[in-house]
Amino acid sequence: MAEFKKTKGLTDAPFHYCPGCTHGIVHRLVAEVLEELGILGKTVGVAPVGCAVMAYDYFNCDMIQAPHGRAPAVATGAKRANPDNIIFTYQGDGDLAAIGTAETVHAATRGENITVIFINNAIYGMTGGQMAPTTLANQVTQTTPYGRDVTRAGFPIRMSEMLSTLEGVAYAERVTVDNVPNVRNAKKAIKKAFEAQINKKGFSIIEVLSTCPTNWGLEPVEALKWLRENMIPHYPLGVYKDNTEKGVF
Amino acid sequence: MGQKYLMKGNEAIAEAAIRNGCMHFFGYPITPQTEVSAYMSKVMPKIGGTFLQAESEIAAINMVLGAASCGIRAMTSSSSPGISLKSEGISYIAGSDIPCVILNVMRGGPGLGGIQPSQADYWQATKALGHGDFQLIAFAPATVQEIVDLMGTAFDLSDKYRVPALILADGMLGQMMEPVEFPENKGPSTAENKPYATTGTKESRKPNIVNSLYLKPDQLEKTIVERFKRYEVIKQNEVMVEEYLTEDADIITVAYGATARVVKTAVDKAREEGIKVGLIRPITIWPFPEKSIAEAAKKVNNMLVVEMSMGQMVEDVRLYANGQCDVSFFGRTGGIVPSPAEVLTEIKKLAGGAK
Repeated sequence: MAEFKKTKGLTDAPFHYCPGCTHGIVHRLVAEVLEELGILGKTVGVAPVGCAVMAYDYFNCDMIQAPHGRAPAVATGAKRANPDNIIFTYQGDGDLAAIGTAETVHAATRGENITVIFINNAIYGMTGGQMAPTTLANQVTQTTPYGRDVTRAGFPIRMSEMLSTLEGVAYAERVTVDNVPNVRNAKKAIKKAFEAQINKKGFSIIEVLSTCPTNWGLEPVEALKWLRENMIPHYPLGVYKDNTEKGVF
Repeated sequence: MGQKYLMKGNEAIAEAAIRNGCMHFFGYPITPQTEVSAYMSKVMPKIGGTFLQAESEIAAINMVLGAASCGIRAMTSSSSPGISLKSEGISYIAGSDIPCVILNVMRGGPGLGGIQPSQADYWQATKALGHGDFQLIAFAPATVQEIVDLMGTAFDLSDKYRVPALILADGMLGQMMEPVEFPENKGPSTAENKPYATTGTKESRKPNIVNSLYLKPDQLEKTIVERFKRYEVIKQNEVMVEEYLTEDADIITVAYGATARVVKTAVDKAREEGIKVGLIRPITIWPFPEKSIAEAAKKVNNMLVVEMSMGQMVEDVRLYANGQCDVSFFGRTGGIVPSPAEVLTEIKKLAGGAK
């Protein structure tokens, strides 16, 4: 049996994430994939604003810290500067689906050959639990204290479905990391997304349904249960687009 | 060098950028600078460069952040309302110590304003092009040739000090055609000698991180103080100014950019009428030629500042004149260019008052 070791894709810096938050798992999966694909030395990551703002401390590759929501634009610049580098962004739902919607949609529609790791935990974490674009109907947050009233606050947005309608998207899959089989599947999806980029097939995005025990007000195990019972029904897991054979152009 | 081309300012700017190694341009259309993008879109694909029309000014400046972080020369251009949108990215670029060149072909503001020439973004360019404590090296060319000549200086100084450079032109310079000569093409810039560049570690060095976040206040203060030490070096070494007929002058006019050409005509006419008047023309508006102003203020009774605004640079002139002479102001705004006759009238008022 193979020895369980720390991946070369991560530095030794201890994560700052809250107990029970799934950022740590996703970081590790991305890092393992970069190592296994042998691309760590040519990868440039783009960190978001939000809980993962300090992702540059954890990934053992070159990193750029982007303004709030602008990671896909920063990634576009980096990719155009060095098309042979592997560029990924790591963004939360506030970053990707609110302030950065335009940058996300347009990088995707340009078929920008980058990989986006999208953490959807249905809430703003870093700023203390406000409503996100992905907050579910009736979900209580700091800015929806009576539950998200869709008649006032609108509906939760399904990014993978929306982006999969764009011609520039080579690969879009929604995964989660609530149990071991799903963690394995998430890693497979992340690997496929990076392979799409290596093979210059177009824009790839992996949406990872994640937990926020602190701001949901739940213990870690309860948070996973809440994710299964509430998030997955609204955000079904699965492949939304796979154009990795042919490519987008 | 040698061959002269008759070119529109905006196109000459684009060609000058390419000849100075800038192969990555990210823009968004806005009048009166759109010809920069049009030129880049025509030329870049033929020479293996990048022209990308971004989805917004905000995206364009962040594409510059991404490309310039990789150690190559990158540029964006816009006009006043678009520069306001870029201010977020400019602050991050300054906070990340990344070099790049930004062109502002100013139009009338505030808001949507108009599309005619203006100099109403001086405060924005020199005091507040984004949040936080920072400066840009800001050039204010007066002719199409000077824009071309300053492009190389802008990229070189930006690289040298890792401070973004701004070229502050206006709608008149962007749209006018003048004969212009270009430098030899330096060839595409590379990440060579850019130790910060995020080009991949090749697993042979520690990761490079381009970042403007310092959660610990003492660390943030330290980076800002260090950056301001660099600004002091820039202030000592990189001021550019033209002084015209100032030696024997009784009155000094101060103007920059296209307005300075109007003022120069008025100065010549005043001289023909026996009025001893000179012109100080800041070529860098940051760093500001404070010594030229301070020295001149000791020798004359009056300074006249002329701008295409309600009076913005005049505050810096007053600051460095430091009460040693009277400083008056004449300006037109909203997109109106002052005429030589108007400026001459103002000079005559001061000359009359001096008698």
